[in-house]
Amino acid sequence: MNTNQNRIVAISGNKSAAMGAALSRPDLIAAYPITPQSSVVESLAQMIAQGDLNSTMIQVESEHSAMSVVQGAAVAGGRTFTATSAQGLALMYEPYFRMSTLRLPMVMAIATREMTSPETVWSGQQDAVSVRDAGWIQVYVENNQEILDMIIQGYKIAEHPDVLLPVNVCYDGFYLSHLTERVEIPHQPAVDDFLGVYHADHVSLDPDTPMAVDPLTSGEILWRYRKGHLDAMQKALQVIEQTDDAFEQVFGRRYGGVIDTYKMDDADFVIVTMGATTGTAREAVDVARSLGMKIGLLKVRFLRPFPDKKIREILSGKQGFVVIDKNVCFGWNTGVLYMEIKAAISELGHPISSMPAIGGLGGADISVDQLVTCIQVLVKQGSQQPGQLDTYWFQ
Amino acid sequence: MKEIRFHGRGGQGVVKSAQILVETVVEGGLYAHFIPFFGVERKGSPVFGFLRIDDKEIRVKCQVYHPEVLMVFDDTLLNLPQTFLGLVDHGVVIINTEKTVESLPLPEKPMKVFSINATGIALERFKKPIPNTAMLGAFAKATGWVNWQILQEKIRLAFNNDNALAAIDAYENVQLVKQEEF
Repeated sequence: MNTNQNRIVAISGNKSAAMGAALSRPDLIAAYPITPQSSVVESLAQMIAQGDLNSTMIQVESEHSAMSVVQGAAVAGGRTFTATSAQGLALMYEPYFRMSTLRLPMVMAIATREMTSPETVWSGQQDAVSVRDAGWIQVYVENNQEILDMIIQGYKIAEHPDVLLPVNVCYDGFYLSHLTERVEIPHQPAVDDFLGVYHADHVSLDPDTPMAVDPLTSGEILWRYRKGHLDAMQKALQVIEQTDDAFEQVFGRRYGGVIDTYKMDDADFVIVTMGATTGTAREAVDVARSLGMKIGLLKVRFLRPFPDKKIREILSGKQGFVVIDKNVCFGWNTGVLYMEIKAAISELGHPISSMPAIGGLGGADISVDQLVTCIQVLVKQGSQQPGQLDTYWFQ
Repeated sequence: MKEIRFHGRGGQGVVKSAQILVETVVEGGLYAHFIPFFGVERKGSPVFGFLRIDDKEIRVKCQVYHPEVLMVFDDTLLNLPQTFLGLVDHGVVIINTEKTVESLPLPEKPMKVFSINATGIALERFKKPIPNTAMLGAFAKATGWVNWQILQEKIRLAFNNDNALAAIDAYENVQLVKQEEF
């Protein structure tokens, strides 16, 4: 393809999500506005109104209806898109779970936000991580280019015959949704070639050959659906890697598949991040290294499916790690990502020191200096004792 | 990397003007980003924003703690302790005001202060007390960090010719009123 035809623009994360969706040419979009996601839908509505995008836009009265409407369109074989945040995602939960368990591919952007209460509209990851076991694929991204690219990649992954699952592209509310930065807009024909036309074979709306979808299903059969769903999730790990490779061939950008690493080769200690904090942490790694600490960065891109093997490979042989969570796991005195990683390394067979860290709740900032301090605490305490260290709170 | 912090009030067009600056830098082939920090979204409440300019990709996605430049859209914000927090020594402060520098509550710190009556220019050019595009003209002149031609074009595209003229007025009239004392 001719990369000269790509446009360089300065746009917000929400606009990047809208552009990614528009380039993927959804048949139908239904969404309900909620901070900080609202301008995703506003942009798409504007593109349709101006005749730049040939999609059906359905205005709905709630997020529950938004997901129900796109579900109907997906059962009929359409490519669909929506976006939400926080309380909107919570209101959507019933059809949200059904979307994945009906094995209907789609992409939904989540501009991630703290959950109420206390009353808040600001950033955090509590909303998206709280639905990690509702059967969707979830990718967490680092910048606006990755938002746009992963919405396109998201359709490719979701619609793959080995997968057939919906995908959440999760990006930090405000820190990315309202961040304006440089983004390269791919050429439409290249995206068309990359995605192809979606044909649903497992569901159809055809009056000549009617099909009943989702009859009452007994437990004797239902387990097969769950097993198939879990198998598809595991297959998705491979499809994600293939899709990233294929994307690089066409668009020249790759993200590392399920994970990414930075300055890992000679690292003794590791900082683990998910989302926009990753970029800040790359800078913190450089600063900490200039202070003599042998630290590397592990960026977890996919929370579902969880890339446990890759993470185990990376952390095997390291002395310790800290996980930065912009969310809490109420059942454990940690964040969610920490708990997932702890489970992944339980197979390692040797002790490794680890520190849960929680910050960025309700829009709180996590600065380079704060991350460097956190790394210093990890290196000091992690050099002295193996096993789980006290939970570190960014204050 | 250059770091700039914006201080204004809801309704003054702070976010839009910062976005225009990012567009200008990106079109010039460099990198820039802007993160607005919203409190409650209503007219008159203090608004912050964080702008960075670099010749390579900007990785950090956090607030600016040690700005080299402050863009102060409203001189009533000069009293707030957070306005000057972390400003580097010999930093640049661009203030929208019609007051003399002696009557402004400035901290005792080595810095360069530029003054422009951006609201006055806006009222004259397009009859609205929205100082953002005039502030862009003052920024372009005071720092020399952006391509002035591209910036004028971007303002014209985002708003209209009157706003571009307001920016030109400010570019031509911004005054260095205090320099490097203490």
